[in-house]
Amino acid sequence: MTMTRYRVAVHVVPRKGLLDPQGKAVADALHTLGFSGVMSVHVGRHLVLEIDAESESQAREQTKRMCAQLLANPVIEDFEIASVSPA
Amino acid sequence: MKFGIVTFPGSNCDYDAYRAIVEALGEDAVYLWHKDHDLQSADVVILPGGFSYGDYLRAGAIARFSPIMREVVAHAERGAPVLGICNGFQIACEAGLLPGALLRNASLKFVCAPVSLRVENTNTLFTSGYDDGQIVTLPIAHGDGRFSADDETLDRLEGDGLVAFRYAPDTLQAAESYNPNGSMRDIAGIVSARGNVLGMMPHPERAVDPLLGPADGLPLFESILHRVAA
Repeated sequence: MTMTRYRVAVHVVPRKGLLDPQGKAVADALHTLGFSGVMSVHVGRHLVLEIDAESESQAREQTKRMCAQLLANPVIEDFEIASVSPA
Repeated sequence: MKFGIVTFPGSNCDYDAYRAIVEALGEDAVYLWHKDHDLQSADVVILPGGFSYGDYLRAGAIARFSPIMREVVAHAERGAPVLGICNGFQIACEAGLLPGALLRNASLKFVCAPVSLRVENTNTLFTSGYDDGQIVTLPIAHGDGRFSADDETLDRLEGDGLVAFRYAPDTLQAAESYNPNGSMRDIAGIVSARGNVLGMMPHPERAVDPLLGPADGLPLFESILHRVAA
């Protein structure tokens, strides 16, 4: 089986409902700048991984396990695989 | 009794812990390097404060995968004592030794100050040297100390008497500002369901010498000594 290199983007964001003081501080700053329509901001992490895998679904599956074990903390964060594409 | 103090890259309270054990408590202590696989027959393991791995990703998230942590988790699973202080508390949560997580302080500020705590349960391995409801003063120094967990977990912690310390008002602090980081239900320290793992954000090892202020941290170490030796 040949391996293909995939570029995987992951979003990790604070769990909904948890106090997110960073997001609130950014929202307040945006209001100060005059962006009064901003209702909320959540600050998270964007991770980009390059993974050698047999298929796109395998790369996706591996990333999910990485998120569960390390990249996100399920107690406080949600993750979403934003994209998987050949690198 | 022998205490093993883990040094991760970025730990900065390992020497304070060592000094508290050897000089204030008068017991043996050894440093355990994070890459080691051997607890050197330590009876008690201390995960000290600091900024292991630069707090990259999340505080404690990478330290929990250090080789020594496999032994520390096995030590805890045998029911042996583990004390996680500050970054050590964050590591213990990430490692699944304790429930919940420590998030960025609600103020977004790093807070370095003495705080008042109420001892909530004196029937633990770590707190028997205090009086019920005693108010003690210990220093904190952290930016990520906001204890968070779901309501069910918080109810269980409270119902089972697993909350060891809570931030509490005293005469020095205004009633509305005693919680320094926004921790849920003012929780400053918790023990595991079996009672052998304590995680706390305040630093008892920095409060053991009367020359430097209240020595309110010393009874915690004495408690371990009396209970484990007994």
